[in-house]
Amino acid sequence: MSSQATASAEPNYFEVTKGFKSWALTLDHKRIGLMYLFGILFSLLLGGAFALLVRTELMMPGETISSADTYNKFFTLHGAVMIFLVIIPGIPAALGNIMLPIQLGAPDVAFPKLNLSSFYLWCTGAACLLLSIVMGSVDTGWTFYTPYSLDESKSGAIIPAVFGVFLLGFSSIFTGLNFLVTVHKFRPQGMGWFQMPLNLWALYATALMQVLATPVLGITVLLLFVEHTLHIGIFDPTLGGDPVLFQHFFWFYSHPAVYIMIVPAMGVVSELMTTFTRKPIFGYRFIAYSSVSLALLSFLVWGHHMFVSGQSPLANMVFSALTFTVGIPSAIKVFNWVGTLYKGDIRLQTPMLYALSFIIMFTIGGLTGLFLAILATDVHLHDTYFVVAHFHYVMMGSALVAFLGALHYWWPKFTGRMYPERLAQVCSIGVFVGFNLTFLPQFVMGSRGMPRRYWDYDPEFTIYHQLSTVGAFILGVSLFVVVCYLMVSFKKGRKAPKNPWGGTTLEWDAPSPPTLYNFPEPPVIHELYDYDDIVEDGDNGWVRKPRPAGAPPKEKH
Amino acid sequence: MADSHASAHHDDHDHGIAHTASVKVLLGTWGALMVLTVITVLATKVDFGPSLNLAIAMAIAAVKATLVILFFMHLFYDKLFHTVLVIGGLCAAALFVGFALMDSGQYQDSIRWDLDRAVQTK
Repeated sequence: MSSQATASAEPNYFEVTKGFKSWALTLDHKRIGLMYLFGILFSLLLGGAFALLVRTELMMPGETISSADTYNKFFTLHGAVMIFLVIIPGIPAALGNIMLPIQLGAPDVAFPKLNLSSFYLWCTGAACLLLSIVMGSVDTGWTFYTPYSLDESKSGAIIPAVFGVFLLGFSSIFTGLNFLVTVHKFRPQGMGWFQMPLNLWALYATALMQVLATPVLGITVLLLFVEHTLHIGIFDPTLGGDPVLFQHFFWFYSHPAVYIMIVPAMGVVSELMTTFTRKPIFGYRFIAYSSVSLALLSFLVWGHHMFVSGQSPLANMVFSALTFTVGIPSAIKVFNWVGTLYKGDIRLQTPMLYALSFIIMFTIGGLTGLFLAILATDVHLHDTYFVVAHFHYVMMGSALVAFLGALHYWWPKFTGRMYPERLAQVCSIGVFVGFNLTFLPQFVMGSRGMPRRYWDYDPEFTIYHQLSTVGAFILGVSLFVVVCYLMVSFKKGRKAPKNPWGGTTLEWDAPSPPTLYNFPEPPVIHELYDYDDIVEDGDNGWVRKPRPAGAPPKEKH
Repeated sequence: MADSHASAHHDDHDHGIAHTASVKVLLGTWGALMVLTVITVLATKVDFGPSLNLAIAMAIAAVKATLVILFFMHLFYDKLFHTVLVIGGLCAAALFVGFALMDSGQYQDSIRWDLDRAVQTK
């Protein structure tokens, strides 16, 4: 109660300053994160629209709504928009930006101006990427593989697209650098490394990968640009270049990029599991270490994308063996989440529904990855719909679903408004059903030989494609409704209490929405994930039990 | 935080950067770099075979880079954690370049270049 009084005494970050300039030049991490979030949600709808165009075209064999050339552009734009504009920045740049300093009890990130510049780099990169649509559009797939991407007749579209990716990469590096320094320097006294929420461990591991891997993406697309303009002959086989080298360069970044997408999602799920089971997380240190070990292992497995690309047998064997090691930290996390669920007081609110969806779909996505890590089976499954289904289970079914879970979890905190819970629960089920209906049939048709990226197919695959298309529309409608009710609740939602879910991390001690520097008074560091001290208090959400005068502080784990 | 940071360095020179390495150490490092440069040049005069000559030149360059990082860039006086970061970054670069070149070297023999034909078809 007293905190609410405090919250009303000091204006929140929406009220401090107003007008376009106050947002365009803001250095407040929450406003920057919110601007990222709206950009990402717009990109999600755009990427989703391209996905629905792809699925509509594949509803029937032969031409349905577009020519083969146009279809190639649809799937390229779907992949590029979803990867570079939605999933990579989704949790770190948008929600991480908003929540990382608050979870640390800090007033802002370490370098606020760098933070704003990374947002403008993201905007410029996104504009360049989308400019390629009007410049003729890229049809190489989001990977820009050479020699497809060296076709000079498409330079007008490819050059702005790769320049956009170059800028987006720098935006990601700046965010990662900011987070690394913030976690090192802005942790308050009393919050050691092992008193940090697991979400911060995940964001820290992600930042390591962003800083170490993303420069290679910059080098790769810069070389592609130079190859287009100066014909230096590094990737172009007609000039003595090596197209497989491009794949080495590309995947040295893009495999860690997979973990840049999934590791922060795992951090979110750890938070959701503990909050909505009212239990301390099972195996805190193992989950923390597994985030960092995933970050390190992510640098050792890029060659598994190239088993049938002409890579040498020696490299194939090394990368196949190393790929299996990734299963260990991933499995540690899943076992610990399930261990947290055991005998928990499970509350099936929307964020938890997304977290449970994540566990199911990440398990399917992870286990099907092992099929692809085996050299013998990969020869058959490579470039089939089996691969498409596998990475969508990891990227969309896991990373994007965790993003939705995180969005609903922290939405009341950073907007100060509640979303409609019942509608949100229905939509989360719609996302789960729609997603599985879309991608489970793709495992089957992929294992039966349906190649990916084909515009036409044999009639035997029709039923699988039709099921997949129906699922995609259920998924698309569900996501559209999610975006709509969030936008409505942003203005008209019920006012959120300080702690609507009973979370124990520091952000729940800040007002909803937070003040300019997050906390009106320096926050007190409590025992992490200790639910004994928090009780439900009607419309006020959850509050900390007052400690008896003179009671000794609880020992931190 | 900014205040305490500023007061901690009140005795710095006008550019605000403390000199943790003495002039003697800096001159010694410079001398070592000069000597190693001379050794690099002299090593090219002796024919050890192309691979060994390259390996010797790269080894000397690595020693010189280490000296620069340790003393000119102050890593020797810095926290151990920063050394770990630098070594980690170098390992990542070595891993990337090493694996890519190893693989590229392995499959080069299986490539049949036909540049004349390629130029004609282009």
